[in-house]
Amino acid sequence: MSVLQNILSTEFIYMWIRVATPILLAALGAMVCSKAGVVNLGLEGIMLISSLFGVLCSAVGGNLFWGFVGGVGSALVVSVIFAYFHLVLNANATLCGTAINTAATGLTIFVLQLATGEKGNSSSLHSFSFPNVEIPLIRDIPILGDILSGHNTLTYLALLMVLVCYLLMYKTPLGLRMRVVGENPHAASSVGQNVVKIRFIAIVLCGVLTGLGGMYLSMGYMDMFVRDMVAGRGFIALAACSMGQATPIGALVSSLVFAFFDGLSNVLQVLQLPSQFVQMLPYVATIVGLTIFSIQKSIRAKQKMNKIKAG
Amino acid sequence: MKINSQKKINLLVDCVKMLMIVAIACALVSLIVFAVSDDPLNAIYNFFVGPFTTLRRVGNIVEAASPLMFTALAVVIIFGAGQFSMIAEGSFFIGTAGAMVVAITIGMPAGLHPIVAILFGGILGSIVALIPALLKMKWNVSELVVSLMLNYVVQFFVIYLVTYFFREMESSSLCSVLFQDTATLTTILEGTRIHTGVLLGVAACIVMWFLMYRTSFGTSLRITGDNALFAKYAGLKVSGIMVAAQAIAGFLAGIGGGAELLGMYTRFKWTATPGYGWTGIVVALLARRNPLMVPLSAAFIAYMNVGADIMARNSDVGREMVDIIQGVMMLLIAADALLQGWRQRMIIKAAKAEEEVSV
Repeated sequence: MSVLQNILSTEFIYMWIRVATPILLAALGAMVCSKAGVVNLGLEGIMLISSLFGVLCSAVGGNLFWGFVGGVGSALVVSVIFAYFHLVLNANATLCGTAINTAATGLTIFVLQLATGEKGNSSSLHSFSFPNVEIPLIRDIPILGDILSGHNTLTYLALLMVLVCYLLMYKTPLGLRMRVVGENPHAASSVGQNVVKIRFIAIVLCGVLTGLGGMYLSMGYMDMFVRDMVAGRGFIALAACSMGQATPIGALVSSLVFAFFDGLSNVLQVLQLPSQFVQMLPYVATIVGLTIFSIQKSIRAKQKMNKIKAG
Repeated sequence: MKINSQKKINLLVDCVKMLMIVAIACALVSLIVFAVSDDPLNAIYNFFVGPFTTLRRVGNIVEAASPLMFTALAVVIIFGAGQFSMIAEGSFFIGTAGAMVVAITIGMPAGLHPIVAILFGGILGSIVALIPALLKMKWNVSELVVSLMLNYVVQFFVIYLVTYFFREMESSSLCSVLFQDTATLTTILEGTRIHTGVLLGVAACIVMWFLMYRTSFGTSLRITGDNALFAKYAGLKVSGIMVAAQAIAGFLAGIGGGAELLGMYTRFKWTATPGYGWTGIVVALLARRNPLMVPLSAAFIAYMNVGADIMARNSDVGREMVDIIQGVMMLLIAADALLQGWRQRMIIKAAKAEEEVSV
């Protein structure tokens, strides 16, 4: 009973949204890339780098603005490197992504040590975080107010981004071009679309979104940088993106599902289950979810084939 | 034009590219050290020369190369089949757990014990690697995403095993009870910790080279990896080959885990996956995906890691620098277009020369 009570509490739902935010932002980035036909495994590294440089730049610059510039800027730089190697130098995207993740792990700890003299976290720096926002009117609604109001700026930005990404992908010429390039690059280039240019834009946009997700970790969820603080969220975002069939709404739903199991694992710890099994839960859920979606997809494809054969 | 001369040109260009990348890596090391260190010459000396100053340190290089050989072989075969499963990390870790279980619970004579333990680790590694492979074959689930998630599942499962069944209660940190004496691998060089697992790794490289380049399975594997559609139309059982490749890769990574555990440790001490699967990718790429080159490239990466450790101990530069270098190397090796223009010009030149001869 206590588990159920915990899940239905406003604190749980509030936490749920908090945990989902970084995954959602990165999953939206992965969605943009994936729509344009690029598998961006470097999300993990991009998040890590932007979470460190957001903190460092806000500490050096003395305000949040410079933190924002540093976080997004560093994510942009890494994304441009990824895009250049993948698109111009023909490097395999998965290998590029792995390379960026490898370099990012080392780079963040190396730079952190240079800046603070420590390898663990940036607690000695006076860095800035994004403020929480109380929404007037909604704040005063009894239960809903506690759940929906008082979240971090970036959480609201992430939700807004779902809408923005939807409009971008389905209501603008650029979105149409990205989808065409992802669907069939040869067809797109035969009608005069510059595949490299469009994918470049997609990777850079992905970088900005992912960078916001990384900054949320060190400048919202926590108020300092901790080594390896991304802890697989980039990979999870990639999984959330493919579980959501690479659509903005799908990314939102799958991020929420993943975050739910993550939150559940905190709640379940009262049950005396081995904690490792509980920690496993979100990852198992992702594999199972992805498999179910793929089975459905293959059944649908078969039905289509049968229809074509019959008709 | 003759296939032979094209092969020669490819080999030449690839070798020049690798040498160039190694040179860039060394230059980058020096650059970073000069930028951040107060005593750069000391740091550089420790990094480059340090690993060769004592026998023990040379031994460290060989020891560190051992697990990398196995994971790199796994990567060579998985990527060789055109699949992007990152399961080497998970297979390696479950392999260590399998070897641990046998090493602690089952009593056996000294010669046999480690063999059984390592084989058991290999089988578990293979089973884990089959999960993404079969899901991909059956329902086209992304093997990349499943393997990434599965690595975490394996990690938590192994830690669970150690915590609940094999934990040393007297130690404050998490580690297993001691292995039986019969289970550990023997040291082959006095004064170092170089163990028989290293020989196993080199042997595995030779066997895999034979499998990939001298058997019909290897040829099918390489055709499938180069162009799966072509292989399908040529009548090869493409999905079967891909699954078999991943099972073999999982087995290799698994025995690598077992050999590392029984060769280097007397109890299980990891609290998270050690990352050899990821480093294995750099090693595999540096070896140009050729199993015979894997020992050499593993030794080079191990040399850099050992150098970085020594440098971090004796100077003010952190060892994490080496991860940056390895990331950059990976990017450069993966960049197919690098030196491609030169390769193209040489091929054209060779073709023209042959034309003139035949006219």
